[in-house]
This record gives sequence, structure tokens and C-alpha cells, in this order.
Amino acid sequence: MTGVRVLVGTRKGAFVLTSDGQRKNWKVDGPHFAGWEIYHVAGSPADPDRLYASQCSGWFGQVIQRSDNGGQSWQPVGNRFEYDGVPGTHQWYDGTPHPWEFARVWHLEPALTDPDTVYAGVEDAALFRSTDGGQEWQELPGLRGHDSGSSWQPGAGGMCLHTIMQDPDNAERLYAAISAAGVFRTDDSGASWKPINKGLRSEGIPDEDAEVGHCVHRVAMHPSRPNVLFMQKHWDVMRSDDAGESWREISGDLPTDFGFPITVHAHEPETVYVVPITSDSHHFPPEGKLRVYRSRAGGGEWQPLTKGLPQENCYVNVLRDAMAVDHLDSCGVYFGTTGGQVYASADSGDTWSAVVRDLPPVLSVEVQTLS
Amino acid sequence: MTSEVESALPSTQAGPASCSGPAPVGANAEPVAIRVVLPAHLRNLAGINGELQVDVNNPPTMRSALDALEAAYPVLRGTVRDQTTQRRRAFVRFFACEQDLSHSPPDEPLPPAVVAGKEPLLIVGAMAGG
Repeated sequence: MTGVRVLVGTRKGAFVLTSDGQRKNWKVDGPHFAGWEIYHVAGSPADPDRLYASQCSGWFGQVIQRSDNGGQSWQPVGNRFEYDGVPGTHQWYDGTPHPWEFARVWHLEPALTDPDTVYAGVEDAALFRSTDGGQEWQELPGLRGHDSGSSWQPGAGGMCLHTIMQDPDNAERLYAAISAAGVFRTDDSGASWKPINKGLRSEGIPDEDAEVGHCVHRVAMHPSRPNVLFMQKHWDVMRSDDAGESWREISGDLPTDFGFPITVHAHEPETVYVVPITSDSHHFPPEGKLRVYRSRAGGGEWQPLTKGLPQENCYVNVLRDAMAVDHLDSCGVYFGTTGGQVYASADSGDTWSAVVRDLPPVLSVEVQTLS
Repeated sequence: MTSEVESALPSTQAGPASCSGPAPVGANAEPVAIRVVLPAHLRNLAGINGELQVDVNNPPTMRSALDALEAAYPVLRGTVRDQTTQRRRAFVRFFACEQDLSHSPPDEPLPPAVVAGKEPLLIVGAMAGG
């Protein structure tokens, strides 16, 4: 039987939502790790029963949990994230040097082919990897050690490494995105990295087209075309057709090009989804209407998707890691809100319904397609 | 007048009589059993209910007590103190015998009543968050 498992991280625990291929009736399981912030829960593409969760707390720090049975039970694994060598400094909000300090794991990205290998994007921005199922973590220091590293500066939410993407056609190529440094790419398995931000323009920094300093909110790709990248920047929705070497704006007719998440349809590489948010000072949808926008042209022309979504008095936000798609024949699209709703569409976004409405604020949504 | 001043002292400064005086055991004695109370989140994480007990090398100090706690429950590593710097996490406090030991040097002997097993070492999640 085919089905989906939606992994939801919230401010106060993790929830697992499951359904069959129809995606009409849902089972809600949780909260797991009640009371803790769950920044991200992710499943291994190589073994859907292998899950990883980032559990953290302002009081008690970082814990990594692992499940080997699809979330039925969990075990804490390693939580020592120690920067390689002498960490040095990055730039603080006031421009002064600030020591690199580990705060939390924002994003976990299990490897495409090995369930025991998983990447972790952390705050203060760095990339770690475990090859033993999360027991031990080693930094890939080439990223933070890039010449520009000491000039990186945190965004309002902290200096987080929030996006990790693996090129399915090239095992040595990885992408990482950092707020507010930008996007970086390695072509040698993480030994060295280059900023790939040409074409991004950010009014909030003195040099609008600087190599680094851009507040990238999220980057997405379709696995069939790993050289095509889509980006939701602080402002602007962007696209690259050359693995990030250059970017062009595809905001087109969006009502606002500020937002956080961006994702790509499972079967249509030119179909892209964003959730426009009014502005960086108004973190809620324009006009109080929650609308997902879909482009079937790879950007530029966008269609509002509203059926089943609140079209009045809605002032929630959708965070960067809180939208995902499944891989069933009729592609499902999912997103969670800061108001605790998780919405699902089983028809590529044409119609929506709330799976749950009253969870804690949703930080992340991932989907596993089960066979 | 003196008694009034003493009675006005906060309990964290005065402390019960059993919590003062020299430690009851010598530096070369056998490990001693220390009672520890964890906050609810850490009890859940460690999979325990209620108070726990750990065998602490002599002389029992905050450092050796936390060493023993983390050895017995590795999942607690990093949750009470930083794994690299060994510094107490900012929103974790250490109480015992109505005293706040959070700022005491980590190698200072624990209060005798804790060493004697009469009082637990309390590891507390600080009230914070508004």
C-alpha cells in the first residue's frame, strides 16, 4: 500500500502525520519530545525507516534523535558539534568580530544512498557530517573556512545554515545556503567551497551585488535537473540554470516576492511553489489571505492557489523549512504555519485542506512517500 | 539584634546546619552515592522517574558529580554543561541545601549533607522566558 508520512517539527515537539495514497484520512502521532523545539525531522532516502530529528532547547541545548523504525521509537545519538580547529570569528550585528558559537542544528539532510550518513546545518553557520548514524559528528571545515567566512553576518533569526542539497548526478557536489551569507557549492565533497551568488541583488547591504552577504531564505532543486536551482531570497525569487554560477529574478507577477520556503513539484521540474509574505517587517500573508503561488513555467508567471486556504483574517507565516512535496502520481504538496496548521494538497496545489489546525508553531515539514 | 540580622539573611546564605562544616569523608575514600534531582525534560531524556543516585569519586565536587552523572547517563552530555568548555549552560542552575551553587567553583566540595546523602543535588531549569 502506498502512503505518505509527514514529519512535522514544531516549537514544542515533533508530530508524525500518516495517510494512505488518497491523503484524505490522517493519523496524527505526537508530540514526540514534548516541550522541546524540533527544528527538523528528516527521513533517509535510502531507508525510509531511518529518521533523524533535531531536538533543542534554550535550557538544555542540542539533542539529535534517531529512529530505525519510521518514528515508532527513538534513541538519542551524538550531540557533540565541535568546530574544527580554532573557530575564529565572524561578523556580529554591530560589525565587530564575534566568536563562532554552536547554537543548534537547523537542518538535517540524510545522504541519498547511505542511511548512516547525514549532514547537519547548524547555527553559527557550519556544515557537519556523521557517517555512523549520528553518533559522531565532524565539521566539513572548508565551508566556514572560506576566505569570506570572517565577514559572514547573522540574519535576524541567527546565522543559520538552513539548506543542504546533494546533486544526485554528482556525488562530490553539495550546495549549502546560509542566512545571511548566501549560497555555496562544493565540487570536491566538501573540501573546498565557492560562493555562488552572482546575480543576487540585496538592497540591505552596501554593495548590492557583493559576493556574499545575501539573505538567502531557501533553495530548491528537482533531482532530474540538478543544475537548475530555485531560490527564495529575503526579497526576490531567483533561478539559476547553471548550478548557481549565475542567477536571474523570476518574481514576475507575484504580489510580493518576500517569503521563506520554495519547493519544486515532484514530477514537473518547471513547476515551483512559494508562499508570498507581505514584507520583512510584516511576516504575514498580504491582505490576510493565505495563498500558495505556483508557477508552471519555471517562474515569472505565478498562479494563486487558494481553494481550502483561509482567505480572510489570516496572519500566519510559513517558515523556510516548512514546505515539501510527496512523490505519489498526483503530487502532494504540504506546508505548516506559525499558527500550527499543516495544510495538504493531493492535487499539486489545486485544492487544500488542513490535516491539523492547532499544533504549536510549525518549524519544518518533510514528507516521505512510502511504498 | 544579631539574631534579627541572622534571621533576615536569605536562606541561600544561611543554610541549614547540616549543610555546613567539613566534608565527612577523606580524599582517598570510596566513591560516595550522591542523590540528584533532574528537571522533568532531562528525566524524560534519560528515561528515569524521580530522583536518581550516582556514585561520585571522592572528594565529591560539582565537577565529579556531573562527570558521574554523564558517565551513567551519556544522553545528558551537553545538556547541563557544555561538552567542550565544561561551563554550565546559562539556563541551568545547581541548588543544594537551600543554597545556589551555580556560581561556585566546580572543584569546590559539595555540601556535607549532599555528600552524606541527606540532601539531593538539585539540577534546575531556570525560570526564564517571560
